[in-house]
Amino acid sequence: MLVLDHIKLSLDSYSLTADFSINAGTRVAVMGPSGAGKSSLLSAIAGFIAPTSGGIWLDGQNLTARDPAQRPVSVLFQDQNLFPHLTLLQNVVLGLTAGRRATAAQLAQADAALAKVGLAGFSGRKPAQVSGGQMGRAALARVLLQARPILLLDEPFAALDSDLRHQMLDLVVQVAAQTNATILMVTHDDRDAVRFATHVIDVDHGVAQPPRST
Amino acid sequence: MASRAGKIGAIAAACGVGLLIIGSLGFLLPHANVANLTAADLAALRFTLLQAALSAAASCILAIPLARALFRARFWGSGALVRLISAPFILPSLAAVVGLLAIFGRGGVLNDALTAVGAPQISIFGLGGVVLAHVFLNLPLATRMLMNGWADIPTERFRLAQSLSFGRWAMFVHLEWPLLRALLPSAFAVIFLVCLTSFSVALILGGGPRATTIELGIYQSLRFEFDLGRAANLAMMQTALCFMATLVMAAVWQPSGFGTGLDRKVLLRAAWLDGCIIVLATLFFALPLAAIAARGMAGLVDLPNGFWMAAGRSIFIAMTSAFLAVWAALMLAMARARGAGVWVDLAAMLPLGTSSLALGVGAFLALRPVMPPQNAALTLAVFFNAAMALPFVYRLLLPNCRAVETGYSRLMASLGMSGWAKLNIVFLPRLAPILGFSLGLSAAMAMGDFGVIALFGAADQPTLPILAALLMGAYQMQAAASVTLWLVLIAFALFWLFDYLGGRDVGA
Repeated sequence: MLVLDHIKLSLDSYSLTADFSINAGTRVAVMGPSGAGKSSLLSAIAGFIAPTSGGIWLDGQNLTARDPAQRPVSVLFQDQNLFPHLTLLQNVVLGLTAGRRATAAQLAQADAALAKVGLAGFSGRKPAQVSGGQMGRAALARVLLQARPILLLDEPFAALDSDLRHQMLDLVVQVAAQTNATILMVTHDDRDAVRFATHVIDVDHGVAQPPRST
Repeated sequence: MASRAGKIGAIAAACGVGLLIIGSLGFLLPHANVANLTAADLAALRFTLLQAALSAAASCILAIPLARALFRARFWGSGALVRLISAPFILPSLAAVVGLLAIFGRGGVLNDALTAVGAPQISIFGLGGVVLAHVFLNLPLATRMLMNGWADIPTERFRLAQSLSFGRWAMFVHLEWPLLRALLPSAFAVIFLVCLTSFSVALILGGGPRATTIELGIYQSLRFEFDLGRAANLAMMQTALCFMATLVMAAVWQPSGFGTGLDRKVLLRAAWLDGCIIVLATLFFALPLAAIAARGMAGLVDLPNGFWMAAGRSIFIAMTSAFLAVWAALMLAMARARGAGVWVDLAAMLPLGTSSLALGVGAFLALRPVMPPQNAALTLAVFFNAAMALPFVYRLLLPNCRAVETGYSRLMASLGMSGWAKLNIVFLPRLAPILGFSLGLSAAMAMGDFGVIALFGAADQPTLPILAALLMGAYQMQAAASVTLWLVLIAFALFWLFDYLGGRDVGA
């Protein structure tokens, strides 16, 4: 269970409070007008910004003071999820090695993860040589390898057309089911939310509301 | 969150620069005394300021029509032409002087032509020659800065101007003048600063009481008069001057857009005047280069004694100082991009506030009680050349480091990459093209440097530029020309090699 215990984020022009918990394996859509602080909420959970008060807990462990990499969280950003100068395989294996030399076993795991997201045979390509949807799949393959209990999606598929986006969301659901991960996804699209999420968090007027079921 | 190793690297680089510069200058203080300034010193100050101001002004003024013509005229080979006029960037200044002498000198092409028609000869020596050489070396920089500015004007603005049927004057007032007003002060300031520390140009084309720069004065007072007090005085004067000029430059500096953007399709009618300007500029840049090649070619394989050792020394200095400069600049730029304070900028810019001969005098005074300074000349040449290249390389790397940091800092953090992994897997590959360019630029700059080896009089261990100058001094013109040509070829080859290696494997 992920607990946001009375956290308060102070940002440039506004502040945001959140006080609720999310059960393991829940898929949550984070919705609200632009600039309300949806991304900031995710950044706080990921550890990119520190709350001014309150704490973030996962299954009884306090995450609040940990570095991003020390949190059991994987993130897909709006863009720049892959390094353009590395092949898809090299990008994916980073989820296991964090940049240390990869063993043959790790490379095999990364290759298998690419196959699972439908990219068998693409491991030697660079991001510029594949489509936007395939880039998203490669990033998901890395998430699959990381197998962390929380997955944060900051509109990573916003640039894709709706058909492709739906395919990707189905794949996310599939990937998350394998690891029973809790997912928080920022979205503007009601249909995406309905298709994907079991719960919705509304963010507006400085408050992130507790999740309600869709 | 900045890694500890990265921070240590940046602090080490900053301390290294600080120690080298402030340490060297510190040894000047006990020897310098303002009360002992002579009329000759003040004359050197006056000449330094005058030639730097004239050189910067002439370069800027000439760059306006040239940049405009090059921007408007697209023709077969215009890319090659832009590359040709960029060549003096990395041309050793001694070689530039040799080339200019072949055209404008006493037995040069121009004077032969003047004699043939019965006109009086012109002299390249003195103020005019110094300014001519500085324009040759720096006009490309000014032109490049303005061209980038022109290329940064949005295409739509040109189209709007055309659809409003702007005449030439309206076009100038609304599009070009705002651009020039923003860029010319930067161009003037940087060229002024570079010309303040001019040494080899003044050594060959200047000299005498009426055309001695401070840098040349430092050299003469230490080498020939062995007047340490005067050398220290001039070195302090040079440092004060450079320091003030650096402050002025920092105040007026406008970063010109970094996209080269030379491929935008703006159809502007090129006038016949543009054609004339381009032809004249091509001749001005190509003829001296051709003269270096033509004169050097004859003795290219018949090389003087000590050539290979001199070449080896020069290449050693060029390579080691280039790697040192780029390493230090990378450490500092990465730290700055990750949010380290303004002390990083100060450390990287510190070398601009002085000159290599001023530092050389300080190092000479520091070493003299301990060891014969000549023995350290090679090592010092490496460090001083690295320091002199540092500000330029830092300026090149910083925006690129910032781009990597904004693009990937979160991804790197969420993957938990160590500082070492960030450097190896992200920064080095992402920055490879600009690192290669920087290495090439610093290596070529160091190839042409006279600097501290000449100052310390280590004539038994010359570098290529010194060997060429020694041969010229002994009137062995053929040998000097060949050595100069080799110097140019090696400098260009190093630049090309590093630039090629950096750009070879660009991932996207």
